[in-house]
Amino acid sequence: MGYELVIGLETHVELSTESKLFCSCGGHSSANEPNDCVCPACSGMPGMLPVVNRHAIELAVKAGLMLNCKINQYTTFDKKSYYYPDLPAAYQTTQWFHPICVEGLVDVEVAGETRQIGIKQIHVEEDAGKLVHTNDSSLVDYNRTSVPLIEIVTKPDFRSSAEVISYLKALKSKLQFAGISECEEGAMRCDINISVRPEGSEVLGVRTEIKNMSSLTSIEEAINKEAIRHIDAIERRTEILVQETRRWDDVKKRTFPMRNKETAADYRYFPDPNVMPVVIDDEWLAEIKADMPATVSEQIEKYMSLGLSEKEANAAAAEANLSAILDGVIAKGIEAKTAAGWLLTDGLGILKKNNIQPKDLVLDTDKFAWIINAANKGEITRNAGKTVLTAVILENVDPESYCKENNLTAQNDIELVKSVVAKAIENNPKAIEDYKAGKEKAILAVFGAAMRELRGTASPDLINKLLKEMIS
Amino acid sequence: MRYITEINKNGNIAVDDNILVKDVLASAGSHILDSFAPLFSAEAVERLEKSGYTISGKANVGEFGLDLLGETSYYGIDTENGNLKNAAASLVSSGDVEAALCVDLNGAPRRAAAAEDIIFIKPTYSTVSRYGVIACACSGEQIGVMAKNAKKAAEILSVIAGHDDKDGTSDLKEAYDYSLNDTVKGKKVCIIKELVEDASDEVKKSVADYKQKLIDLGATVEEISFKNLDAAMSAWQILLSAETCNNLSKFDGVKYGYRTPNFKNIDDIYVNTRTEGMGFLAKATILYGSDALSKGRYEICYDKAMRIRRVITEEIKKIFENYDIILTAAASSKQFESYDLKDSFNKVFEESKYTVLASLSGCPAVVTNGVQLMADSFKDNTLLSIANATWEV
Repeated sequence: MGYELVIGLETHVELSTESKLFCSCGGHSSANEPNDCVCPACSGMPGMLPVVNRHAIELAVKAGLMLNCKINQYTTFDKKSYYYPDLPAAYQTTQWFHPICVEGLVDVEVAGETRQIGIKQIHVEEDAGKLVHTNDSSLVDYNRTSVPLIEIVTKPDFRSSAEVISYLKALKSKLQFAGISECEEGAMRCDINISVRPEGSEVLGVRTEIKNMSSLTSIEEAINKEAIRHIDAIERRTEILVQETRRWDDVKKRTFPMRNKETAADYRYFPDPNVMPVVIDDEWLAEIKADMPATVSEQIEKYMSLGLSEKEANAAAAEANLSAILDGVIAKGIEAKTAAGWLLTDGLGILKKNNIQPKDLVLDTDKFAWIINAANKGEITRNAGKTVLTAVILENVDPESYCKENNLTAQNDIELVKSVVAKAIENNPKAIEDYKAGKEKAILAVFGAAMRELRGTASPDLINKLLKEMIS
Repeated sequence: MRYITEINKNGNIAVDDNILVKDVLASAGSHILDSFAPLFSAEAVERLEKSGYTISGKANVGEFGLDLLGETSYYGIDTENGNLKNAAASLVSSGDVEAALCVDLNGAPRRAAAAEDIIFIKPTYSTVSRYGVIACACSGEQIGVMAKNAKKAAEILSVIAGHDDKDGTSDLKEAYDYSLNDTVKGKKVCIIKELVEDASDEVKKSVADYKQKLIDLGATVEEISFKNLDAAMSAWQILLSAETCNNLSKFDGVKYGYRTPNFKNIDDIYVNTRTEGMGFLAKATILYGSDALSKGRYEICYDKAMRIRRVITEEIKKIFENYDIILTAAASSKQFESYDLKDSFNKVFEESKYTVLASLSGCPAVVTNGVQLMADSFKDNTLLSIANATWEV
């Protein structure tokens, strides 16, 4: 008998705001020391009152728009009470009764097939602090306390771990693209709700929840392992499944139940009387919408209409930073296909070699456009272009003066190139002999010698042409 | 004990110990805030200091201000002939200070002002910033002013009222008119009979005398009935308890204040700190509120209480469509004898009958001549004007 997996996800993402959700403290990423970014409000001192960060509201609305949600223009904040040392106020402010976005829909693509996943809701809430355990004590660091998060809750619409991974990858690129979240490593945390049922059944099986997962590899493994555990329990009666919360052990590669004590809380939710309901009127909503960048699929469509291949369009659109640079040089009059070639072949190559993430690439579009134009006009060769692009990316040099200082300007003096080629032929008699004997590749040594001598300033085509003429 | 912490012998304004003054110990009358010194002053305190007033000290209050008159303070309370004496009211009444700031969360300063024959105004909710108040019942509590006469109360209120960005519920108006320019003549006054008939003879006489004063000054006075007082009291008790339960949770022995010496793990710290650090009334309120918010109880307790609050607020609005002023007793009795604090939860609940309408609806209330006057929201000036006019008669 076949089984069907039923999975729902709750994904926590940190919002890219300057300050925390209810106070003006900077985000924890600006902290150097524990408890650097802490004030009386986010450390749970009496007398403080929360004031809502409007930017967090705007970013949450953008996330909702990205995921085709209905935006609740009347949204409220509620208190969730529990005791834990990383929660200084002993309550977390979240959205329980009127979340900011509801009823969304997002496509996931697996092996060329597209399915739709429903988004139940997106709500805004505060993060908790961090505990640091030493041998004989535990220390608290409130830098992260009250940093704004959104929690994106899907409907139980996933049917495989591959769909989950595809969704998370797409979600990450969407959120980064719209500047909603930087989605730093480990900053996207998932709770996975999972059950299995016989194929064709409409009845849901016993559901378990795997808490606090962040790496995609672990998420995939955990889902697959948990599915096997469920199926074994059903088919072979290895155990009795109960609805419970579990954790993933990344070393033993299995899930295990959390202590009951950790899960049995009654959170006593109630509306926070200190935070007035947030009303997102039509005017504000329109402003937020106007500030949205084109979606990834809109970008892909645009690039393909400009002549990029599907592969190029996908690669450029997937990373907001690349997409912004590409749009920048296109706006400066560079033909899209040419610009994409420079950015995605040469640019990404340079990044890879120097271990730079595409999202961290800083590239002045004026300088980039100058390089491409110079190469197009034959003022520098492609090769020299790549050298100067490297220098611009790594050291932000001025490309024009860099070319002059390093003699990278293209060598259009045919006589000079001829003499260099002749010298290369003279210095490599063995290679010429082999070439004439039919070993076509042997000529590459001669070609390389000439290129080296000219430091890439002459076009490879020109050298090739002269070489072949002079040998025969 | 009048001050828990004295600041300046020449100061002219006392503040209750649940209002913060930067770097000055603040206990809110509770042991659990032992040695806690805040990093900032309440907005109201800051505004007073900027205007040249000096804070004399932190007046003793009942634990978190939850009680009748201050009797639940960890630091003890004064009595006179067996009657409870409220610290702030004594300081104002004796002329030691010109005025006091008190947090009215369940009527304590209103009862205190009635007992001492001074003035207290609980202004319209949202007109005075709550920034720097050690919070219990955020949705209804309000800093008010205790003074010997309405002129002084209006003077102080005009300094502390007005919008504050640091309080998200703060009304947007920068300043309000408390010029005492309204008159009694022509005012329509109603007396809620349920808020007089069960009070002591002494209180009934105060109300009758005040009614006569109003009539003498040209007001008309009628008697009306308010049927839903029981529901109003229960609703406010639920809301107050639930919010208090949540607000007092942060006092857990982890960050500041009292921490139990008896612990082996974090749960011990929580349980023993709070068991040892709080008194009966605070604990009873926390338990009551915790129940009202728990799974399966929320809908029939907290949610229902919020709906009752809306209904009561509407009813009060309707009264103000026909009358300018509501006149009631401020308390069941002018004085309160000291009592076994195990009865405090029930005693305060019973007494809340007289103060609940203003707490629940947020409308302003003034206690003067031992009686209570209420008006529609933002009509604080009318109340103070009437208090001022009747004071001089």
